[in-house]
Amino acid sequence: MVKALAGAIAPNPASPVVRLNQVARTYQLGAIPVPALNEVSLEIPCHRFSMLIGASGSGKTTLLNLIGCIDAPTRGTVEVCGQTIAELDDNETSAFRARNIGFIFQNFSLVPVLSAYENVEYPLLLIGTPAAERRERTLSMLQAVGLTDQAKQRPNELSGGQKQRVAIARALVKAPQVVLADEPTANLDTATGASIIELMRRVQAESRTTFIFATHDPQLISHADELFLIRDGKIVEHKTETSR
Amino acid sequence: MKQLLKIALRNTLRNRRRSVMTGSAVAAGALATLLFGGFAAYIFAGLETNNVQRIGHLTVFRSGYFLFGAGNPGQYGIDHYRDVMALIGNDPVLRPMINVMTPTQSLLGIAGNFSGENDASKTFIGAGLIPSERDRMRRWDEFGTGVTYPPDARLSDHDETRGLIGFGLARILGLCGPLGLQNCPSIPTPAAPSDKAASLVNEDLGELARRDASSADHSSTAPHIELLAATAGGAPNVVSLTVGGAEPQGVKELDDNYIAMPLALAQQLVYGRGEHKVTGIVLQLHRSEDMRAARARLMTLIRSNHLDLDVRDFGELTPFYGQAVGLFSAIFLFIALVMGMIVLFAVVNTMTMSVMERTNEIGTVRAMGVRRAGIRSQFIAEGFLIGAIGATVGAALAFLIAALVNHGGVTWVPPGNANPVPLQVAVAGSPGLVIGAWVGLVLIATIAALMPANRAARLSVVDALRHV
Repeated sequence: MVKALAGAIAPNPASPVVRLNQVARTYQLGAIPVPALNEVSLEIPCHRFSMLIGASGSGKTTLLNLIGCIDAPTRGTVEVCGQTIAELDDNETSAFRARNIGFIFQNFSLVPVLSAYENVEYPLLLIGTPAAERRERTLSMLQAVGLTDQAKQRPNELSGGQKQRVAIARALVKAPQVVLADEPTANLDTATGASIIELMRRVQAESRTTFIFATHDPQLISHADELFLIRDGKIVEHKTETSR
Repeated sequence: MKQLLKIALRNTLRNRRRSVMTGSAVAAGALATLLFGGFAAYIFAGLETNNVQRIGHLTVFRSGYFLFGAGNPGQYGIDHYRDVMALIGNDPVLRPMINVMTPTQSLLGIAGNFSGENDASKTFIGAGLIPSERDRMRRWDEFGTGVTYPPDARLSDHDETRGLIGFGLARILGLCGPLGLQNCPSIPTPAAPSDKAASLVNEDLGELARRDASSADHSSTAPHIELLAATAGGAPNVVSLTVGGAEPQGVKELDDNYIAMPLALAQQLVYGRGEHKVTGIVLQLHRSEDMRAARARLMTLIRSNHLDLDVRDFGELTPFYGQAVGLFSAIFLFIALVMGMIVLFAVVNTMTMSVMERTNEIGTVRAMGVRRAGIRSQFIAEGFLIGAIGATVGAALAFLIAALVNHGGVTWVPPGNANPVPLQVAVAGSPGLVIGAWVGLVLIATIAALMPANRAARLSVVDALRHV
């Protein structure tokens, strides 16, 4: 199990880790406003494997970007780990992300000049973790994702599945409150994708981190504790594991 | 910082070809700047050495001599110059700074050679000096140019009638043969004089010379010439000078007019039986950097003793020095500016391409929590690294090429010199130049990275992540 780091916000299991209230996000395509999210209100509970499912262009990524504090809503409020994001300036938002949010991207997005070990270690450097603890956590995470032998390899020397394992280790190494995964299996073959889902499910259960997973693949529904169906920028259905 | 530099270095090596090209531009900038700067530094040192060997660092004149004295040096002699020299030489501030202090007498007149078939005369510019002190001055080489002169036996403290003349003057006076000068044509058979006045002057001067010769001892086999000048009182005076040799002067105007003679002979010609004065007291210092302090101290001494004297430095006495320094400095500045611009554009181009290629990476690390300042620092560090590596390689190449040139035995004749001297590129001896060029180029490369770095830092995280 991944231990929480000093300085991280301690979650209250009874409170939702993410709360969106009447959130709208509109992009401008030239002079034309294009709504991506429309009056979305939702609460995502702590320590759950939540899934946002919807077709391409339904607004999943926009919703993840807002929860991940890398985008701001046009209207409404976003609260993550009890913190209203609009109250933070750019540097504070960066620091908040560094401590509390882990990202797993569809295209892996590893830093190409760093080895697998250094990629996993990178988030710990950003929050000033002492060297000894950094090393212990990094090796532990690499072991958890089964990449101890590939620690010194650069991303271009790894397979797609191995890259995504490194990305998972990188997202989890700092024991964040929330891990956001945007279509993490989209660029992988079916077998590798399944193993990645299994891995995420396992580390989520071990670390009791809140996972929010966006996908358009209905076959992955069975893995979700919480399911949010999104269509045309609106949450049209919310199911929990027990209600399905 | 360690992580920043590690990533910067790896990104620099990642696009090896592009980094090598950009680094090469920086290296070429450093190489050109240092080689030309080193050559200019050598020129400055050579010019200064040449001037200081000839006329010292500072010269004390009677007030007004600098502006008007050349027309009548006798009228601007320094009274009781030995007392003035004692005052300067005994001063506790000046004494440790002075290498040589020597009096000098400038004069103008007509030199004639009326021996044998010759009947030639020419105006001259003369310098009366003390030969042994001239020899000491010509050994001054503070900057290690290697251009020094052994004692000149053609002039002697013990022979007050022997002097040196310019190579051109020797030719004009028909002394090429008697002095055994190479590449020096003899005077062709003269045509009948058409200028009656000039002919009369030569006849008069010849008559004066013959009268003077009757009382002079010409037992030596060396050629001699007659020098006619007006004394300080306005009367004509003639002395005979034994020509010990001819010395090229580098500048034709001087070469055709120059005569160096012992001070006593010059004083005899200018002052006759009157008080012997001098037109200048030359001070050669051990170190050029003391010049300002020495000049200030001299002025204090002059003022406190109510002396009617003035002080000039070698730069004021030889405007060519200042002009040459100005010219080379302007060329150096031009080269440095061009190189700086090339480095600026090369680094801007490289860093802009790097930002475009790594947009997604920028979005990723920003999402992970890197601040805008962190992104900016990353790209600035890469510009700094390219600049530092390129400038270091360029400086190393400049040292190597300079060493090859300096030990290659190449010689040349600098402007204003008569004899060839070793060609040197003073890179190793110019730490200020090396540090300045290195810091300047690295600074330009770092500043050049600032614009693309700011662009990278301002990228929206979402847009950067979408970038493919």
